[in-house]
Amino acid sequence: MLDASARSTTVLDVKGLQAWYNESHILHGVDLDVGEGEVVTLLGRNGAGKTTTLKAIMGIVGKRSGSVAFNGQEMIRLPIERIARLGVALCPEERAIFASLTVKENLFLPPQIARTGGMSIERIYALFPNLRERLSSGGGKLSGGEQQMLAIARILRTGARFLMLDEPTEGLAPVIIEQIGRTIAELKREGFTILLVEQNFRFASTLADRFFVMEHGRIIDTFASAELDGRMGMLHEALGV
Amino acid sequence: MTLFGHVVSLPALYGQLLIGLINGSFYALLSLGLAVIFGMLQIVNFAHGAFYMMGAFAAYFLLKLTGLNYWFALILAPLIIGAVGAVVERLFLKRLAGFDPLYSLLLTFGLALVFQGLFQNYFGASGMPYAIPKELSGAWNLGFMFLPVYRGWVIVASMAVCFGTWLVIERTKLGAYLRAATENPTMVRAFGVNVPRMVTLTYAFGVALAAFAGVLAAPINQVRPGMGVDILAVVFAVVVIGGMGSILGSILTGFVLGVLEGLTKVFYPEASNTVAFVIMAIVLLVRPSGLFGRAH
Repeated sequence: MLDASARSTTVLDVKGLQAWYNESHILHGVDLDVGEGEVVTLLGRNGAGKTTTLKAIMGIVGKRSGSVAFNGQEMIRLPIERIARLGVALCPEERAIFASLTVKENLFLPPQIARTGGMSIERIYALFPNLRERLSSGGGKLSGGEQQMLAIARILRTGARFLMLDEPTEGLAPVIIEQIGRTIAELKREGFTILLVEQNFRFASTLADRFFVMEHGRIIDTFASAELDGRMGMLHEALGV
Repeated sequence: MTLFGHVVSLPALYGQLLIGLINGSFYALLSLGLAVIFGMLQIVNFAHGAFYMMGAFAAYFLLKLTGLNYWFALILAPLIIGAVGAVVERLFLKRLAGFDPLYSLLLTFGLALVFQGLFQNYFGASGMPYAIPKELSGAWNLGFMFLPVYRGWVIVASMAVCFGTWLVIERTKLGAYLRAATENPTMVRAFGVNVPRMVTLTYAFGVALAAFAGVLAAPINQVRPGMGVDILAVVFAVVVIGGMGSILGSILTGFVLGVLEGLTKVFYPEASNTVAFVIMAIVLLVRPSGLFGRAH
């Protein structure tokens, strides 16, 4: 375990987070923290509660309890839109591109939440050149890779500095995965704080500063990327990779 | 000209076409409101006819009690009745979100009966007259027929409001929020948009459209508690033909069906009251999601 005081300021501090969908109890007390400018990856098998953890932080679950503090502010009782306005952005697993909107409308849909504004549109086009050419296409007409790029581009424009990315490489071709990896690395260099859920362990290992391992709705282990080699045995067992 | 054994005169044809266009103007405004509400709230708003009637009554009372004329009523009645709609959404419909749509259907149906019953209790079933504003009285001689100025105004006003609504929904940022929230409200909230407030305002806007139609109707028909019930059945046929929730579909179908009704009155008057429902049955058989609707 790393000593929390050794790291920079804590951006996200989750303590004892429990979450329910209808009657099913999914999260049984999740504790995790993400420091300023860090990339933290959640690992775990399917159904371990990784996606639910991101959604519970965002407020998108039926019921939740515990504590979710963002830059010191408690968010557990806030509605989704207030949480978003504080600067928390979610790029969901299903990407949620709006099919009835054009690519341009999708891109410009999220309101800017920071007074200083988000990433400039030129920067975004430089990161994702394909998007510029498809601006007038319908959102439903994009390939999986283009959808993923649009989904990330969309939240960069808002000015949110804390991004939660849920399996950004799922189902994509290696060349696209590489591009997304480069983008995340660049965002990290620019000081974005990122909480990543990723099944693609190799992909995550090149980006993350720290890892949290989940099982049955709880965090069962956490370690820094330097300790990765020593944990391979445990990870193979816990993740079945 | 003879058709189906009827002798058809050209003036009668033009006359019925005009009446058809006017009826179509009301169908379009009302079904547009229903479509906007259905798209966002997934609610079949059976109280729509009642709000239409209350819009006409609001115009009547604004004139009687405060002396505010037709032009003020055209703005104020939709605002007042729209506010009533907002209260209805906050107090009742909001609590039914997530339940089977049947509940909200029953609720709005019940509300329609309550509103209508209240007005009937106080004002009886017969109508109250509302004069055509003097700026719009008289008629134009078009050469082949006389067009009452007020009727021309109704067609123009309805088309303008329908087109404006379409423009806002399809071409503006606000409309993009609406379309996106129709698809995935949770995600739009996760971008920081207050979707619950947007839902309330959308319902209020749909209701305001009905009230606006009610004010337009006041000088043509009388202001009667039952005026909403009479028109609502056809409006629902329009919505089904156009495709539930389709904005453009509801507008175009509204006008076209009005004109078709008019034409039927000329060529085969016996069928004029049923033609809308015959077309609805055919559309349901051939294209169950409606002419402009997306298949679910």
